[in-house]
Amino acid sequence: MRVNFTVNGRPQEADDVWEGESLLYMLRERLGLPGSKNACEQGECGSCTVRLDGEPVCSCLVAAGQVEGREVVTVEGLAEYAKQRSEHGGCGTDSCNSSRTAGTSLDEAKRWAARGIDSQTGEGGELSPVQQAFIDAGAVQCGFCTPGLLVAADEMLERHPNPSDADIREALSGNLCRCTGYEKIMDAVRLAAARQSEEV
Amino acid sequence: MDFLRPASWEEALAAKAEHPTAVPIAGGTDVMVEINFDHRRPEYLLDLNRVGELSEWEVGEETVRLGASVPYTRIMENLRPELPGLALASHTVASPQIRNRGGVGGNLGTASPAGDAHPALLAAGAQVEAESVRGSRLIPIDDFYTGVKRNALAPDELIRAVHIDKADGPQQYSKVGTRNAMVIAVCAFGLALHPGTRTVRTGIGSAAPTPVRAKAAEEFLNAALDEGGFWDNGRIITPSVAKQFADLCAGACNPIDDVRGTASYRRHAVGVMARRTLMWTWESYRGTDRAARRMGGAA
Repeated sequence: MRVNFTVNGRPQEADDVWEGESLLYMLRERLGLPGSKNACEQGECGSCTVRLDGEPVCSCLVAAGQVEGREVVTVEGLAEYAKQRSEHGGCGTDSCNSSRTAGTSLDEAKRWAARGIDSQTGEGGELSPVQQAFIDAGAVQCGFCTPGLLVAADEMLERHPNPSDADIREALSGNLCRCTGYEKIMDAVRLAAARQSEEV
Repeated sequence: MDFLRPASWEEALAAKAEHPTAVPIAGGTDVMVEINFDHRRPEYLLDLNRVGELSEWEVGEETVRLGASVPYTRIMENLRPELPGLALASHTVASPQIRNRGGVGGNLGTASPAGDAHPALLAAGAQVEAESVRGSRLIPIDDFYTGVKRNALAPDELIRAVHIDKADGPQQYSKVGTRNAMVIAVCAFGLALHPGTRTVRTGIGSAAPTPVRAKAAEEFLNAALDEGGFWDNGRIITPSVAKQFADLCAGACNPIDDVRGTASYRRHAVGVMARRTLMWTWESYRGTDRAARRMGGAA
């Protein structure tokens, strides 16, 4: 079957989708967006977290056909999404912004790479605040859980600009990390929140 | 496999009547796991996400009519005053991502003894609104669970909503697991005080082939509270009464040994949770002012 939906602010079409396929598979294998990770395929690990109409969900548990006509934001579009949000307010998607956002094209999304602001040269700058904070706080080790954590953490910061540690733990309780012991991840989210509140 | 995408409730019922083997999918948090792992290859998937009314709820005089697909997140955020036990249970479901998708209809449809909502529904008192092209009926929650992952639905029926009695007293929910998030219950316990009828209701999860009430324990406690005038005098429940209640709750279990825990551990833990939830709810009831207690008792 064919599925039409919006990915990172741009309309996309996936063809030859199998009826039992997950949104995760469709993103990775049909649209070429491997940022969302495939780990447990049972909603236990959160590595495949994306936003579906603004809500963080495990994309491995959403049937492809269920996203027809809906909006998905993946980690590849997170930087642009966060930028739109800070410029226009609200949540950064069409569903709550009257002006249509520029979004991230499929090509841009496929070519996306983590280029943060280098502390030495000051180059780069294509990251969302939460992505930059993960780099600065050393919250990335093997990196497999990182995309899901970024999407979940970014959404939490949208709802709670000044989160308590309990808010952070609660929001990230569905994302497993086997490397860091979570402390650096907590640091990163606190850092992103602190930088966000400085800006306002 | 065919993917059926009804745009309305009527279309969904017609599709289910035409294809009784169709597997309904809403949040997908159970169904997709089975498909991802090749444990299930249904001929038809019946997507209910486009049926908007399934995600709505109505707060009535005596009950809340909770749409089958209302996500657990919405229950926690919006229905805590009316459904405190279910709101607590909802918060123990998996993770935020899962709670954003999953709802009570899925818990009932799957009818796993480990479903987190069941003890809260049993304790509060609820009826399942099932509908088919033949008509609609309300199934009392006590008659709904018929076996391990079996329920009273006919093949052509879908769950439209759950009618849950609004809380008329304190309710509590307790769940045992190895950690706080992302846990399938080793066992769970729900308890609701109903000062209006001067009764206590319970619900036990993951400790029998189906979710069950501890009816003998309820009868014992109802009689003991009545005899001692506890509903009126608001006294602390006698430790021996609490212990007997806990023992009877443990006795209502019919658990198995499995990877999550042993049968004897489950029995023990259910007893502990029964005593604790009774103490928590009773403390809360005693905290309510005396006059209000009497009015509640007279209602």
